[in-house]
Amino acid sequence: MKQYEYLAKGALRDHGIPIPPGRLVNNPEEAAQAVADIGPAALKAQVLVGGRGKAGGIRFAASPQEARGVAQAMLGMDLKGYTVERLYAEAKLDIEREFYVSVTTDRNKKVPLVMASLSGGVEIEDVDDSKIVRQLVNPRVGVLPFFGRQLAQKLGLDGVLAREFADLVVKLYQIYRERDAELVEINPLTVVNGHLVAADARLNIDDSALFRHQNVELIDEGSELEKKVHKIGLAYVELEGDIAIMANGAGMAMATVDAIQYFGGKPANFLDAGGGASVEPTAQALDVLVSMKPKVIFINIFGGITRCDDVAKAILQVKNGSGIPVPLVVRLVGTNEKEGVRLLEEAGISAYSDMAPAAERAVALAGEGRS
Amino acid sequence: MAILLTKDSKILVQGMTGNQGRFHSKQMLAYGSQVVGGVSPGKSGTQVEGVPVFDTVGDAVEKTGANASIVFVPAPFAKDAAFEAMEGGIKLLVMIPEHIPVQDSIDVAERAQELGVTLIGPNTFGIISPGEKTKMGIMPNHIYQPGPVGVVARSGTLSYEIAFSLTNGGFGQTTVVGMGGDPVVGQTFISVLHHFKDDPQTKAVVMVGEIGGSSEEEAAEYLKELGKPVVAYLAGRAAPPGKRMGHAGAIIERGRGTLESKEKALTAAGASVVTMPWQVVDALREVMAKA
Repeated sequence: MKQYEYLAKGALRDHGIPIPPGRLVNNPEEAAQAVADIGPAALKAQVLVGGRGKAGGIRFAASPQEARGVAQAMLGMDLKGYTVERLYAEAKLDIEREFYVSVTTDRNKKVPLVMASLSGGVEIEDVDDSKIVRQLVNPRVGVLPFFGRQLAQKLGLDGVLAREFADLVVKLYQIYRERDAELVEINPLTVVNGHLVAADARLNIDDSALFRHQNVELIDEGSELEKKVHKIGLAYVELEGDIAIMANGAGMAMATVDAIQYFGGKPANFLDAGGGASVEPTAQALDVLVSMKPKVIFINIFGGITRCDDVAKAILQVKNGSGIPVPLVVRLVGTNEKEGVRLLEEAGISAYSDMAPAAERAVALAGEGRS
Repeated sequence: MAILLTKDSKILVQGMTGNQGRFHSKQMLAYGSQVVGGVSPGKSGTQVEGVPVFDTVGDAVEKTGANASIVFVPAPFAKDAAFEAMEGGIKLLVMIPEHIPVQDSIDVAERAQELGVTLIGPNTFGIISPGEKTKMGIMPNHIYQPGPVGVVARSGTLSYEIAFSLTNGGFGQTTVVGMGGDPVVGQTFISVLHHFKDDPQTKAVVMVGEIGGSSEEEAAEYLKELGKPVVAYLAGRAAPPGKRMGHAGAIIERGRGTLESKEKALTAAGASVVTMPWQVVDALREVMAKA
């Protein structure tokens, strides 16, 4: 779960990493007051999109009056599809140099990874590989000051900056570990008056670890529909097409989306109804699909732990309840298949046993695909 | 033959008295797995499906000689259960739960490496060796049959789809391994391929991958050494970048983990890469005829 910049900055501050003076502001008055207190400042939109600056999400104000006007213009504006509701006012910095540093997880090596570069201020993917220093962390040892000194040396830092950098890496790793971060990143890590200051920060928390961080503000950056389905407890991603899809299991759901596209159709969503879903959540998920008003609904079930008769019951529950006013294509095989298919047939719904012809049929019913 | 899990594996079920533990203990026993004990703190002296339950892994290992364990406890307690198993001498550890914190998985994977424990999962359907009539996992029993194909997959239901199509197409399996859908899991494609290389019964391998990470690319570099025909199917062709597709690990992040990158690497390494799950059997028939 991504955290807003002001929350990431708060984490840095709590761990003793220098950040510029700043505060969260909710309205033009607070923005004016902030600039009166901290001097010329950047007003930064608190939205979870990259490239804020280029999109007009970071603006400067030299005086309280100016801050009032800028905040007025920014609050409520649309930034790449997100409404700006809060700003972070932060003292304008006289930047001498821009570095990069982050801690994340190396999936293949299964250990934490520290990355650093003297070429900061741009997305790290755009930095030439030769300019990035990478050091894996032994999780049993952690990051001690010597680790930071090694990294500083590899980067070619010396003197005060090397000392401050080594110290900062230790603290950054503490945040990664203690806050269950997937990513904690400072970019740019700036040099101001010869000292390191974290000018921008990203902090992504591991969703699976939220149970042990009760104080973390829950942020769902999804669309309204995505939020609604996430609340039922299902994995859901909105796509741009008009064939609604439900499958059981993440891999099957991905493959089903792929299959619709393969036959030339436009998938409307990714929906994993769960590897062993029972009647009620399956019916809820189907209700959501109906509410999207798609051209066709395609249900693709390989019943392993999921029972086909449960899926059939869920379909009938929705059909006989709120109704399914669009064409429905069902592929149903596996555990209790006969019973499931019988229940559907009694209600006039025929089920496919193979995925390919079912996906092809769904695309044809939507009037899409190759003719 | 099979890899990692054989008929001699003596299996414990941690969390045996819970709903999941109970249900899947029964399924495993029905398949033929040698389930010798369960572990549920405070439940020693009871039985599930006629199998004795112990308070600790230590007791269970001492009384039963178990060398493998499957973990069904809730995610927040899974790290503790995994460490208990490893410190208790278990050498094959299967972690079923989803939503285990990545930091916990890092610690478990690290300790597994130190102790020489084979860790499968977390967030996996498990492992099954049809010829040995044994499984540790939650996969349906009826879709597999013994045969010459090794299968390694990241995803559960998708691997069921493909295993069932193999069975129907006349290709049985030596062992089917579920790596798990999390960012940090015990096995990589390459570590599983190592075992398939050493298994003389495995004549070909089917890889079922997906977007996210770079385990497929890494595996591509190993295919020459593997020296056996490989068919690969990867899911997530239509997935938008930056979105998690159900699995915590299935995400294209900052340009990494794309399907194109994986398919390109595997194709260049000589694997037969198919675009849809139902194409696996034909591709396998073709590469096995050539081999």
